Amino acid sequence: MRLSLHLGLALTLAALLAAGVSLLWTPYDPAALSIAEKLRPPSAAHWLGTDHFGRDIAAMLMAGARTSIAVALVAVGIGMGFGVPLGLLAAARHGGTVDEVVMRGNDLIFAFPSLVIAILITAVFGPSALNAILAIGIFNIPVFARVARGGALSIWTLDFIRAAEVAGKGAARISAEHILPNIANLLIVQGTIQFSLGILAEAGLSYVGLGAQPPTPSWGRMLAEAQTMVTLAPHVAIFPGLAIVLTVFGLNLLGDGLRDRLDPRLRARP
Amino acid sequence: MARYLFRRMLSLALSLLAASLVIFLVIEVVPGDPASYMLGLNASPETVDALRDQLGLNAAAPARYLSWIWGMAQGDFGLSYTYKVPVSGLVAQRLEVSLPLALYALGLSALVAFPAGLLAAARRGRLADTAVMGATQLGISLPNFWFAMLLVLVFALHWRIFPAGGFPGWDGGIGAGLAALTLPAIALALPQAAILARVLRSALIETEGQDYIRTARAKGLTRTQTMIRHALRNAMIPVLTILGMQFSFLLAGAIIIENVFYLPGLGRLIFQAITQRDLIVVESVVMILVFAVILVTFLVDLAYALIDPRLRRRA
Amino acid sequence: MTLLSVRDLSLSVGPAPILSEVSFDMAEGEVFGLVGESGSGKSMTALALMGLLPGNARVTGAARFGAIDLLAQGEGAMTRLRGRDIGMIFQEPMTALNPMKTIGDQVAETLLIHRAASRGAAREAAREKLDRVGLPGDRFPLSLYPHELSGGQRQRVAIAMAIALRPKLLIADEPTTALDVTTQAQILDLLGGLVRHEGLALMLITHDLAVVAGMAERLAVMQRGRIVEAGGTEALFRAPSQDYTRRLLAASGHRPARAARTAGQHSAPLLHVEDAVREYILPRPSALAPHPRLRAVDGVSFSIGAGESLGLVGESGCGKSTLTRAILGLDPLQGGSIRLGGSTVAVGRIMPAALRARMQAVFQDPYGSFNPRHSVGRLVSEPFHLTGRPPDADDRIAAALEEVGLAAADRHRYIHEFSGGQRQRIAIARALIIRPDLIVLDEAVSALDVRVRAQVLDLLARLQESHGMAYLFISHDLSVVRALTDRVLVMQSGRIVEAGPTERVFASPDHPYTRRLIAATPTIPAAWKEAAHAD
Repeated sequence: MRLSLHLGLALTLAALLAAGVSLLWTPYDPAALSIAEKLRPPSAAHWLGTDHFGRDIAAMLMAGARTSIAVALVAVGIGMGFGVPLGLLAAARHGGTVDEVVMRGNDLIFAFPSLVIAILITAVFGPSALNAILAIGIFNIPVFARVARGGALSIWTLDFIRAAEVAGKGAARISAEHILPNIANLLIVQGTIQFSLGILAEAGLSYVGLGAQPPTPSWGRMLAEAQTMVTLAPHVAIFPGLAIVLTVFGLNLLGDGLRDRLDPRLRARP
Repeated sequence: MARYLFRRMLSLALSLLAASLVIFLVIEVVPGDPASYMLGLNASPETVDALRDQLGLNAAAPARYLSWIWGMAQGDFGLSYTYKVPVSGLVAQRLEVSLPLALYALGLSALVAFPAGLLAAARRGRLADTAVMGATQLGISLPNFWFAMLLVLVFALHWRIFPAGGFPGWDGGIGAGLAALTLPAIALALPQAAILARVLRSALIETEGQDYIRTARAKGLTRTQTMIRHALRNAMIPVLTILGMQFSFLLAGAIIIENVFYLPGLGRLIFQAITQRDLIVVESVVMILVFAVILVTFLVDLAYALIDPRLRRRA
Repeated sequence: MTLLSVRDLSLSVGPAPILSEVSFDMAEGEVFGLVGESGSGKSMTALALMGLLPGNARVTGAARFGAIDLLAQGEGAMTRLRGRDIGMIFQEPMTALNPMKTIGDQVAETLLIHRAASRGAAREAAREKLDRVGLPGDRFPLSLYPHELSGGQRQRVAIAMAIALRPKLLIADEPTTALDVTTQAQILDLLGGLVRHEGLALMLITHDLAVVAGMAERLAVMQRGRIVEAGGTEALFRAPSQDYTRRLLAASGHRPARAARTAGQHSAPLLHVEDAVREYILPRPSALAPHPRLRAVDGVSFSIGAGESLGLVGESGCGKSTLTRAILGLDPLQGGSIRLGGSTVAVGRIMPAALRARMQAVFQDPYGSFNPRHSVGRLVSEPFHLTGRPPDADDRIAAALEEVGLAAADRHRYIHEFSGGQRQRIAIARALIIRPDLIVLDEAVSALDVRVRAQVLDLLARLQESHGMAYLFISHDLSVVRALTDRVLVMQSGRIVEAGPTERVFASPDHPYTRRLIAATPTIPAAWKEAAHAD
């Protein structure tokens, strides 16, 4: 279990590092075309080879990490920012009208898979990375609302909440002071899961052309462009896919490892 | 039971209404006039107006919304702006590909996930468990469309066992149709099977810790007997929830996978419609997808009641 | 005839020793008590005999059961033995039955799994056994599901399952701990009858000395994985040879030294509850029917004088928790009023902080009563929210902790570092810190082991002596209420059925329900205790 946490952390940090470094340095300009150098296999000059326009795949992957991570991270932020307060509110008013409205609203959003939300948004505003963020973020809201509400409900039944009520504290204060710190673990773990799902979703949306548009670099679009080249030069399709898999795999391991580390039920037994 | 059923039906109807309203309002916001788009730049304002009348676009928004859902209730989704044929026909034709694909994938996913989840739970902490958990962890990290490309590379281009893409239609026999859908279904199913196996394993392990499992063991049941006779049924509740959610992911995933395999399904239809600004098609397909998701949720609720007597007998 | 002979049973899970050299004998058809505080290893002893230990447990020693050694049997042999020769029931009847299967199927399963009967015959046998445990067919058909039964009824189903094949030994692990006292009496009665009439031997595992006193012929006392003393029940109670047993006996039914206070000497009441009504709206039975209402508190009136100690007893579901919430200003009343020092108690901001500050509470669960992420100092000072944090807050936190027997430096520690008893002391410090006039003690000692409970009761008595606040002491446990209160109220189905001075109510109860409660409460015969107290 420790292994999974460390491997997960390492892979996640590697993806973050690649994205960070790409702001300052990439082996080549990821947008520079060089038809003479097209579809080169991996070599000392081009570590991961070049694509059909002769662009350096390593450079494109580093720049693409930026898009993937930014989209997924902001989408998690949207989900947490709206979902957690809604979930806390629903739990504080458990069984009341507010709870009912929040939960039914959640069900409604759940009926629209993120891809369908993206399709609707694209139909209105046209495709862009921003719309991918919106689509994934909206889909994240009910996820975090549910996790926050479920966690909060189990905390609300505990006697230390009674003690806080007897000390005259209101629902908002109790939610902030007592509930939120005790569900933070749940939210962190869910956050890594949604982060990894966000990266997958961004790749999928970009692949079908609903996400990042050229010239914004993107792993999903690299795969879309590679599709026709797959027989000629498999590396063009394999490396972006591996980048996605490793990043998502790392985040999933990290989430699992964190869950084991942070779960008080597991921690109680050494 | 009747009461539970009634409540679920009511919520099904309300969800559908709410979803249709959301979709209608979103499409309302879209700039541009379908009538002028259909007639091209040279059309006179009069002809455009006549077409708007014909398409019912001149009516007030509430009236158009009502006529839209009333039409859908009767199976009439309106006319496609680009193809000028009934949307229902277009959709039905595409569903012949998308629905079998989603069901095929769901079946495959369950077929892989149940043995894997049971095995991992039964051998908890041992080698088989570690292997299943590792494989599933990798499985849920796979983007299905990339996995699809690898499948094509290996099974269609290298070994030539399955076709690389396209769809011969069902007229050519079920065999050819299924063969064309096999790689797409595998690509869709495996990442979902990984999720399902993990959920089944943790649900079984959670159930195994319950007091009534200890009671059953004290009666003289073996570990395997308690798992099959007591744990499995109780563990089915979370598994059903995931299975229901997966169907909606499979439908959505099918939209992407159809692009990899050039399958003439709903996914291809909706992307063409978006590029051609054929909003009535977009609207209808989205509504059908959402309808499918809500319907599956409803069916899952019914299945809960069949499994769990606490829901069935609630007076 | 010896039925079971355990010799040098030792058990460890990982590096931790759980049991060391446990030895005892049980005769056929006898009731044998295994007594100890939580963590003493009594349940693990039973699970070791059943072969139901966790996978990483290591067992040594022998347990002769007839011709075989239970500890030497393989899993297959144990499977055939369990349910057929040895039956077992557990503490928590609410979760001990599979919610998805009918009670008939679950009882019949015992027979089917051992191939003792055909499907039809097994169902007939199940019917017969359910009749035997007091669940007659006209009211309890085989097709019922566990959720349609009460806790006591579920425990009866569990017993029917365990005795379906007439085992020679029934192990009952805290079988009545989760039940109300009147239900407990019925289940103990049933178990006693089974021993007398069906010829089975009963191993009764419990923390409650009074329960074994009334049931067991012989008993063994366990502490930290060892048997400290064993023998005939009466002899052992009259003349315990070990210091631990003596302390355990002294603590059970311990009554702190308190100055006698007579009711009625207090002029103006501190808390006055008048015709309090609290209703819950239940879901509609059908779509058009009106919502039915449940009166959890039904016209309750009483008052507490300043410095008085009032007990409130009743079984689960009688409305005492609901009443408590209303008194603390957490739930609204639908009728009547609650006044504290003349001002009305209300929910939310309407009730001034200064009024709230006159009242604090201590709750039951020592593990759920504290936010695990706050330091003890922050936890204890939470009621300052009502008064504003005084300039000498730090001194007062230190003083409050010292007053309950902890160190001032404990304020920097976190709650998981403390034991259950210490946690209840911290809860008392939290209630005490703003010097309220009334402390509501809601089952405040119910979750504690008997010796720790005695210490906390002493602490509560001493604090009342020195600070003069009033107590409202709510409990299902008659003996602790008797130990700490001047006056007592008995609550049943939302109403106060009897009220009066504690000693009078316990000595000569008026209401039939009170009489039933007192009769059902297990006690250690007074004559046995006198001998023990003599030395």
